[in-house]
Amino acid sequence: MPTVVEVRNLHKRHGDKIAVDDVSLTVEEGEIFGILGPNGAGKTTTVECVEGIRAPDRGEIKVLGLDPLRDRAELTRRLGVQLQDGRLPDRMKVAEALELYSSFYPAPADWRWIMESLGLGEKAATRYDKLSGGQKQRLSIALALVGDPKVAILDELTTGLDPQARRDTWELIEGVRSRGVTIVLVTHFMEEAERLCDRLALIDAGRVVTVDTPAGLTSLARVGQRIRFRPSAPFADELLTGLPDVTGLTRQGELVIVDGNDNALNAVTAVLAHRRIAAERLRVEQASLEDAFVALTGRHLDAH
Amino acid sequence: MSAPNTTAPPAAKGGSATWRLIRAEMKLNVREKVGPFWGVGFPLVLMIILGSIPSLREPSEENGGLAAFEIYVPVIILFTLALLALIALPGTLAGYREHGVLRRMQTTPIGSIRVLAAQLAANLAIAIVAAVLFYSVAVIAFGVHLPGSIAAFAVGWALVAVAMLSIGLLITALAPGRHSASAIGTVLFFPMMFFAGLWIPITQMPPLLRDISHYTPLGAAMRVFQDAYEGSFPHVQPVLALLGYAIICSAAAIRWFRWQ
Repeated sequence: MPTVVEVRNLHKRHGDKIAVDDVSLTVEEGEIFGILGPNGAGKTTTVECVEGIRAPDRGEIKVLGLDPLRDRAELTRRLGVQLQDGRLPDRMKVAEALELYSSFYPAPADWRWIMESLGLGEKAATRYDKLSGGQKQRLSIALALVGDPKVAILDELTTGLDPQARRDTWELIEGVRSRGVTIVLVTHFMEEAERLCDRLALIDAGRVVTVDTPAGLTSLARVGQRIRFRPSAPFADELLTGLPDVTGLTRQGELVIVDGNDNALNAVTAVLAHRRIAAERLRVEQASLEDAFVALTGRHLDAH
Repeated sequence: MSAPNTTAPPAAKGGSATWRLIRAEMKLNVREKVGPFWGVGFPLVLMIILGSIPSLREPSEENGGLAAFEIYVPVIILFTLALLALIALPGTLAGYREHGVLRRMQTTPIGSIRVLAAQLAANLAIAIVAAVLFYSVAVIAFGVHLPGSIAAFAVGWALVAVAMLSIGLLITALAPGRHSASAIGTVLFFPMMFFAGLWIPITQMPPLLRDISHYTPLGAAMRVFQDAYEGSFPHVQPVLALLGYAIICSAAAIRWFRWQ
């Protein structure tokens, strides 16, 4: 598949603080590419350089074969952008904003359709400052799509949305992708990245830790199963930690939490059965991206 | 979901994107109420009240044979221009910058410079409408004389508008945020209006204040208008003063303007 976005050795400072140290990544046509990392990792600065609203200090960027700074006029026609903190004038109405923005593009999408599909139809005549946080967010997504772009960069897509609105938005984004739009998604929501992204770049402290599929990332981090249960009788930790398939054991009150590889569940239940200890309220969790992130960076994603 | 790309390009109807942007900014300025209310409504009411005082409408020797009210009409036109350029424009543009409106526009084909231009055009349009409205009311309701040379008056007004909007852009460039932009504009507004003769006609000021007035933007503007009243094109000094403000302030605004 042709490459749509190519970033090579991007470096950007704000004053004497390094925002992006060394980021390289490629986004293929038609995929949903996630940029995942904690706040302050350099995600937003990276995409702002790709959008051409920031000049990199070093490195090369090509979007649809265009240089974001030199070929601005051409790029803005083909790139849809949702900024993390880009508001509209307070007194502009929803329909006015969409109609105005669609007039900026040579071959725009039907703004009424986008307005309806994002559930903003009833708010067409509502002023921007009277919209709820979620509605503002949906309008911002709508404006990113109104020019019928080839590539859309969405920064913190579902921040401020309630769970239902978040799921609706995910569906919308999948629909947009199925029409052939390449999507770059900046997020710090694991669930969102797991649900939507074909591939992910994990960014931490201005560098790309790794690029992989969500499933590839979890296996790369070698995190397997996590088993929680309440034992019917007390037992010594060594009983389980001695097993080759078990990598760790912690206790939370009465609860025992065992981490291990994919065989850990069989091994643990066999040993417990042998000792006639019942594992009550047994739960098994597959490792998530969150665990993978912690394993790869030693950091939690939501540590603001 | 099917491709919704079926309607005619909306740009085809309703004019170009730039023109739509100007109209949108105009609409927003009207909804914002600062310009229409303080820039047009308030001075209009002030003018009608002053015009209704008979003593102000009698020609007097100390005003060079003009009625005090006739001197107030151009002062009130300057009031509108100053309010729009010094308070409304910087407040709106600094707010756009603070809220990322300009940055958002930078990611579209229209760019952020045209947003700036549209705001200037929208304020200029309100100022023109106000000037025409004020003169119409003054002439029709109060029998005020029009300037001896309307062309000289129009050219002078345009020059003053450019100088004032440049000052407004400089305020926008230097102010850190929306509130400080409005505050700086308001602080400049009152002394400038004083030197335009809002409270004391310039001819009745002590000589020192009168000399200072000639070098302030609105004091120079009043001299240009006075020349236009007498039917002649303006003297060199006030024109140079206004050009100086326009050139220096716009150069400084371009030098220090921040989009984000």
